[in-house]
Amino acid sequence: MEKKIIYIRDTDSAQKERINDYFTLFSNELRDANLLEQVQLVKVADIGLYEKGVAVKIIPENIVYSGIKTTDVKEIVEETIRGGKIIKDLLCGKKSKQLRAVLKNCGYIDPESLEDYIAAGGYKALVKVLTEMKPEAVVEELKKSGLRGRGGAGYPTWMKWNFARGMNSPEKYVICNGDEGDPGAYMDRSVLEGDPHSVLEGMIIAGYTIGSTKGYFYIRAEYPLAVERVQKAIDQATSAGLLGNNILGSNFNFELEIRLGAGAFVCGEETSLIASIEGKRGTPHPRPPYPSVKGLWGKPTIINNVETLANIPLLIAGGGTKFASVGTEKSKGTKVFALTGKVKNSGLVEVPMGITLREIVYDIGGGIINNRDIKAIQTGGPSGGVIPQEFLDTPVDYENLGKLGSIMGSGGMIAIDDTDCLVDLAKFYLEFCVDESCGKCAPCRLGGYQLLQILKKISGGNGELEDLNRLKKISYAMQKASLCGLGQSASNPVFSTIRYFEEEYKRHIVDKKCPAGKCKALISFKVISEKCKKCGLCMKNCPANAITGSREAGYIVDSQKCIKCGVCFDVCKFKAVMKE
Amino acid sequence: MNTCTCAPELKEKEKQDGLKELKDFIKTGKQLHDKQGALMNVLHKVQEIFGYIPREAMDVVSEELCVPTAHIYGMATFYNFFSLKPKAKYQIYVCKGTACYVAGGARLLERIEDELKIKLGDVTPDGLFGLAITRCLGCCGLSPVVQVNDEVFVRLVPEKIPGILDKFRKMEKKTK
Repeated sequence: MEKKIIYIRDTDSAQKERINDYFTLFSNELRDANLLEQVQLVKVADIGLYEKGVAVKIIPENIVYSGIKTTDVKEIVEETIRGGKIIKDLLCGKKSKQLRAVLKNCGYIDPESLEDYIAAGGYKALVKVLTEMKPEAVVEELKKSGLRGRGGAGYPTWMKWNFARGMNSPEKYVICNGDEGDPGAYMDRSVLEGDPHSVLEGMIIAGYTIGSTKGYFYIRAEYPLAVERVQKAIDQATSAGLLGNNILGSNFNFELEIRLGAGAFVCGEETSLIASIEGKRGTPHPRPPYPSVKGLWGKPTIINNVETLANIPLLIAGGGTKFASVGTEKSKGTKVFALTGKVKNSGLVEVPMGITLREIVYDIGGGIINNRDIKAIQTGGPSGGVIPQEFLDTPVDYENLGKLGSIMGSGGMIAIDDTDCLVDLAKFYLEFCVDESCGKCAPCRLGGYQLLQILKKISGGNGELEDLNRLKKISYAMQKASLCGLGQSASNPVFSTIRYFEEEYKRHIVDKKCPAGKCKALISFKVISEKCKKCGLCMKNCPANAITGSREAGYIVDSQKCIKCGVCFDVCKFKAVMKE
Repeated sequence: MNTCTCAPELKEKEKQDGLKELKDFIKTGKQLHDKQGALMNVLHKVQEIFGYIPREAMDVVSEELCVPTAHIYGMATFYNFFSLKPKAKYQIYVCKGTACYVAGGARLLERIEDELKIKLGDVTPDGLFGLAITRCLGCCGLSPVVQVNDEVFVRLVPEKIPGILDKFRKMEKKTK
């Protein structure tokens, strides 16, 4: 019998004990059936399933059973493991819409074990490249695959590599951009922490292709575990002869080193990142010359995102054509998104390009909390935009998101419902960009500040209709004139919210109301006497003593004293406090 | 009157020991391309040794790496990770990433400010707690989150804040 693995995962993390019970049950059954030799039982953190209850996944058949009970264990062992038959009743109903490629090892292998990675098919691509492929062939394979940078802009990876390869220079560098500063995105962190060797392998292949002997991992200092695991991976690879001189007996030499970021969002921009490694303030330079021509210490350099590099081993091992079979015409492969916000199941999802936003939010994310209506989806972090719910059926790829005024970005995806105010959201992102602007060029430094002041004015109840035009004008100037991606895209949240939600801005400006009840200056709290059960909870909890009254007479909110913290609204069990 | 809200300055001996450790680190460390290339790593080391970047350390780094102190000051103020003020014993970071913001992170910040009676960026007079924000800890699936030193608290509501602060106060008492 072929060797099998059973992954067992309890999706309810509150019941850690239960998974142990099931583990024991399974191992007892397997022992009774005399199958312990052939079957490996593994407890895992996640098998990409969100249904309630205990779930198991059987490899290599890739059968997933969910919601299993203790009485089912015997049947699973007898029927499926021994008999090879599928038990239809237990089969996880929906076929998962996720496609795990980059994340396929995360949670399955021990990230601190080189052996685990190799057992999962790791470093096969490197062997293939070093033994049977010329650098040109690697570029050709990348071109066939249609892989584009996963860091945001979606620049074709093969072109970047080909430029650097064509440069005649004794020194060239490969940099892995792990400065994941986008608030709301954490896919790079998961890959670095869960499968560091895959990124390493991608970097070594990149080094071979462009003719470089030195690579740098640039990782945020805020990710200490990622730093630790990557360092461990580098040490393991070095002692196994996968890094260093004459890798795998070839005449190719390559070494890797970690450089730490220090908390500057702008360092995700490639020229700033280079400045940071060189020991300077992380301010960008005008391009061209592009880093692939003149980068780190003036030498040709390629900078790729973590996710892009993690795609490389898969792509080479399976071939570019196979890679290109997934996705849309111009965007190939899979993309990892960090789905967060008001969805029931938040977390990392990896989907094939071309899936619709609705499928991601409803089929994978389980819909919106409390079954409220979705208002919009924000993608691409502070450089992205909002996509209103009428476009939920748009297939996700670089072009489509761009057309809608947003970007793919590094893959943050935040669901917004009607309790979120979009003026406030735009303000939030602008605050971030103003804070993180390096201050080198005027459009970003001054424009961002002015945008923020106008937004503050609007949410403070002092907006004028002319402000909308001012916002558009400044946004346009920033897009055209800023030096780097941060400034050029900092106005995207403003642009796209005005584009789709102008009405909401006008409500703030003309009616002086915030429909979502977020902008403090524009809301007031009131006790609805018909609904009030006179429990007094609101008065007791009010931090400003703005609620007066008694159990007999009922309660009222003194709007002069009210600091609009919303505590009364939250504590009222009878929904008798109204926010308007 | 002393109105400074910083934690107490380091003692003279601690400072001298730290500077010695720093010099050794620079001398034994690997050079990267040129001397300036090591600057980021060295500043991380300074932050690690002292908890902030004192003026004296800047001068040492300047001499050892042949980089002007002004440039080092520029680096130390540019990057959020480096601080010119001593940090508190328990540094509280409230996440202001987007997911945490949507989940109500701002209210956690208000509550902590109220409880500790300090503003963002300050340190309590006893040097125990400092308050800062951070842009995303990468725990967006568990938002809103607050990090105290190395410990991360997830899915918080403002009501849980006093309990968390008390936990660290008790821990402090025990060590005393």
